[in-house]
Amino acid sequence: MLYIKCPHCGLRPQTEFSYGGDATVKRPELNKEVSDQEWDNFVYLRKSPRGKHLELWQHISGCRQWIKVERDTLTHEIFTTLKANENL
Amino acid sequence: MSENFRLEKGGLINRNRKISFTFNGKKYFGYEGDTLASALLANGVHLVGRSFKYHRPRGFFGAGVDEPYAIVQMNRNNEVDPNVRATEQELFEGLEAKSVNCWPNVNFDIGAINNFLNKFFPAGFYYKTFMWPKSFWYKIYEPIIRKAAGFGAASIKHDKERYEHKYEYCDLLIVGTGPSGLASAYAAAKNGAKIILAEDKSRYGGSLLTSEVTIGNQSGQDWAEQIISELKSMPNVILKNRSQVFGYYDHNMLVMSERVSDHLPKTDKYTPKQRLWYIRAKEAVISCGSIERPLVFGNNDTPGVMLSSAAKEYLKVYGVLVGKKPIIFTNNDSGYETAIEFKKNGVDPIVLDTRKDANSEIIKEAKELNINIKFSYVVVAAKGYKKVNSADIAKISDDKKVISNIENIKCDCICVSGFWTPTIHLASQSGNKTKFNKEIDAFVPSHSKQKEVTLGSANGVFTLEETLKTSFEKGSELSKQITNKENKVPIPTVVEKKSSKHDKFWCVPLPEGKNYKRFLDFQNDVAVADIQLALREGYRSIEHVKRYTTLGMATDQGKTSNLNGLQLVSEVENKVVPQVGHTTFRPPYTPVSIGAIVGREVGKHSKPTRKSPMHHWHEKNNAVFVDAGVWLRPRYYKRGNENLFEASKREAKNVRQNVGVCDVTTLGKIDIKGPDVAEFLNRVYTNAWLKLPVGKARYGVMLREDGIVMDDGTTTRISENHYHMTTTTAQAANVLSHLEYYLQLVWPELNVNVVSSTEQWAGAAIAGPKSRDVLQKLFPDLNVSNEGLPFMGYKEGNLFGVYAKIFRISFSGELAYEVNVESGHGNFMWEKIMEIGKEFNIQPYGTEALSTLRIEMGHVAGSELDGRTIPYDNSLEGLVSKKKDFIGKRSLSKKAYVAADRQKVVGIVPLDKKTSIPEGSYIVKDPKAKLPNPKLGHVSASCWSVEYDNPFSLAIIKDGKNMIGQKLYALSPLRNKSIPVEIVSSHYVDPKGERVRS
Ligand SMILES: [Zn+2]
Repeated sequence: MLYIKCPHCGLRPQTEFSYGGDATVKRPELNKEVSDQEWDNFVYLRKSPRGKHLELWQHISGCRQWIKVERDTLTHEIFTTLKANENL
Repeated sequence: MSENFRLEKGGLINRNRKISFTFNGKKYFGYEGDTLASALLANGVHLVGRSFKYHRPRGFFGAGVDEPYAIVQMNRNNEVDPNVRATEQELFEGLEAKSVNCWPNVNFDIGAINNFLNKFFPAGFYYKTFMWPKSFWYKIYEPIIRKAAGFGAASIKHDKERYEHKYEYCDLLIVGTGPSGLASAYAAAKNGAKIILAEDKSRYGGSLLTSEVTIGNQSGQDWAEQIISELKSMPNVILKNRSQVFGYYDHNMLVMSERVSDHLPKTDKYTPKQRLWYIRAKEAVISCGSIERPLVFGNNDTPGVMLSSAAKEYLKVYGVLVGKKPIIFTNNDSGYETAIEFKKNGVDPIVLDTRKDANSEIIKEAKELNINIKFSYVVVAAKGYKKVNSADIAKISDDKKVISNIENIKCDCICVSGFWTPTIHLASQSGNKTKFNKEIDAFVPSHSKQKEVTLGSANGVFTLEETLKTSFEKGSELSKQITNKENKVPIPTVVEKKSSKHDKFWCVPLPEGKNYKRFLDFQNDVAVADIQLALREGYRSIEHVKRYTTLGMATDQGKTSNLNGLQLVSEVENKVVPQVGHTTFRPPYTPVSIGAIVGREVGKHSKPTRKSPMHHWHEKNNAVFVDAGVWLRPRYYKRGNENLFEASKREAKNVRQNVGVCDVTTLGKIDIKGPDVAEFLNRVYTNAWLKLPVGKARYGVMLREDGIVMDDGTTTRISENHYHMTTTTAQAANVLSHLEYYLQLVWPELNVNVVSSTEQWAGAAIAGPKSRDVLQKLFPDLNVSNEGLPFMGYKEGNLFGVYAKIFRISFSGELAYEVNVESGHGNFMWEKIMEIGKEFNIQPYGTEALSTLRIEMGHVAGSELDGRTIPYDNSLEGLVSKKKDFIGKRSLSKKAYVAADRQKVVGIVPLDKKTSIPEGSYIVKDPKAKLPNPKLGHVSASCWSVEYDNPFSLAIIKDGKNMIGQKLYALSPLRNKSIPVEIVSSHYVDPKGERVRS
């Protein structure tokens, strides 16, 4: 079970969080024309890297904030955690 | 039966307390402090089971967690406990155990015929033998294998025992209470660190309980006792015996299984049988020692052949002789320690040492005691079927290839020592890249990946002096880093006998013309020849050899077999052991009961149960409840002998004719505030929200980005910047997370706050043509006329002194209102509604009537919004704005979503107007078409229309728009039904929606 440092609450067990996928995906802006390919990339297509991955988690049983976690998908090592408005 | 093998005195058992127990139906007695194994051995019982594959007789091989044979089935506390290691099970009064893997019994075992047919059971025999013909598998092979093989039988009853989970945090978790565990714990505890110290046995002390050493001015055992009693008195130390740390997981989470009550005849009330500890440790100290390695020779699985360390433990801890005519077969000095113990207790052992010669303090002591020692000698084969009665022994050449001078000598046990294997399981599980230590012919931990250190013999350190020194130092160093305190404790002086070097020899060659089975894996019956065969057949990777031969795959996970298996593979392959590598160590180190893993989350406790504030009223009024997500909701209110069908029909009819009231507390509610709420809702919902006036509600549909409907509900503008959103019961939590996602990550510039208020409000839906009359009486001062409170209007009112929110919204399709009051007043509100509604024939209605009402009105709900449908499919396309952008809009232009024959919700009615259509049925053109019958869609919801008094269902079918009027079939192969149906509009009742506006 992972031990995740919520930037708002501190170290908490994984059971308090829910996973939210790749944190680097950007939603196309509202009212902007987007191609089918661009839209599919946003909705469906995700990389599945072996190694470092910046991902979203929500502290659902805590502060309810969405946070960013940089984690090694192979070893589960967590390098850093960020608030929603912070970037690497 | 009297105990023939118990010494007059000695051991750590309580001789003042006799305990009687039964094994295989026969009565025996032992003493308090015995294990089942030691008590049986004291009674001379060696035959305890049959082996897995060949059903050969099996006895005791070890004295603890490494035991591969003595697996028994227990009856305790009226529960069955399969696969219990007799070497770990403590004796209690009335204990009942029996052998496993024997049919019909341990003395006459039908499966033993496999032993004589063993050429048909080579490596990979499951893969080879039972391949053909395929049809034989289910009917013949599998049932026979199942009956004849396998260990204990699990109970098929519900386990009434209680199991618990516990979460702990500590600075140091120390696994094992031998010298390294005690020393590191003591040093760390003195530095003020919070410590958990775990011992898998009932007694603390590990190897100190059986070794002849002096620490300071005390015996090793007394020193251990003193350290333990000091640790017990320290508030920063949690000391746990009968607790096995079996798994090392990510981020220094270790899991430990505590056998809280297994050593007692009964589990006390409010006490668990077992407790699972999830321990997050800043540092893990692995000090769980080492396990003696077997030597491999012919028939080395015969009862009476056991580890020399186990024989010593039975002697020193339990005062039990495992035999009176022992052979000690050893390649190192450890065997001599056992020989000396025998000799001191009046038994004459013979020591067969594979080494040409060796000298050390221990050997010198053995010689001085006149113990018969034969160097360059081996056991070729054990003789005897159910028990060793003699051994063929022989001289072995210096190059260990040739045996000569074979002679048979009488004996009643053979104690083997093939040196020691460090227990590296936990270190390896943590990700430690282990390395091979040639000095000890075994793997030891090397580079740590997590916060973990291995000490003592688990780290390949076999002298007490070095173990204590490094453990005191490490315990002090690790704790100091955490507590910033240092209380130096002096490292005591040690007196121990020095050992000479062990011999690398481990497997005795077969004598000419003999074909003895030489076992490597005792639990899974894997012999030397099996590994050789696997290698001949081309298996190379040790992982493949393991799976093909099942080496190390039994419940003991190869604790005694792994290294010898590796030695053999490396010998045959002409490689060195580190090149072959070891197989992956995976948790659990020892078997963990399913009960302990599940813990308290059983039955009703598997999820929380939520009840509305009106729950007691429902109970008192004969409600029959149904699980709705985590909520309990009234399904119907039973009157007299009514069944579900009759009651729900009555309730629904009363809503259509008079007025009904339904508990809608469970609906998700989200309170939304901020200047940008309208803009936010406009992006979240598919329809327009910018112009919703204060005091008005609006129905909305929200999508996921992939265009699939996520949820629907109404949102009401309470005041300028304050909104009240409702969601479906099931999606409440997801919708909140969804909103938070967009507010926190995608549009942080929007000034909006959301918070769940589901539990803050109790809700009652008052529905039916007479609902306005009821509402008027509840709120006499309010203008609730169609003009005063129009459809989708909102008002606040005073319900006999209680603040109430009144929404004119309808799920039933009738004139209806939803009244919300703070949860604490829910019951008051409900009783008032019932009291006032009496004159209008009000009746409560449950979820079944609620479903009926919405289905015949064609209102879509969870069964249509099932995570696979878009707004069009649900006839909600009118709510999709063409002008503005919103979440998921771009997806709606996908090709499949705009196809001309896109699926759509329709109504279906059976042609006979009588046959109910099962939900989940599928719609086909021709019920007799060849399989697979092309499917047009499926029935999502069914009811008995109270308006028309016939069955009515909703279905989602291909090209639903153009199917109205068609005659098709609803097929339910599960119920063997084929029902002719007509497709009609989904809006079966009041298609123009006039009632809700009346
Ligand atoms: Zn948090």
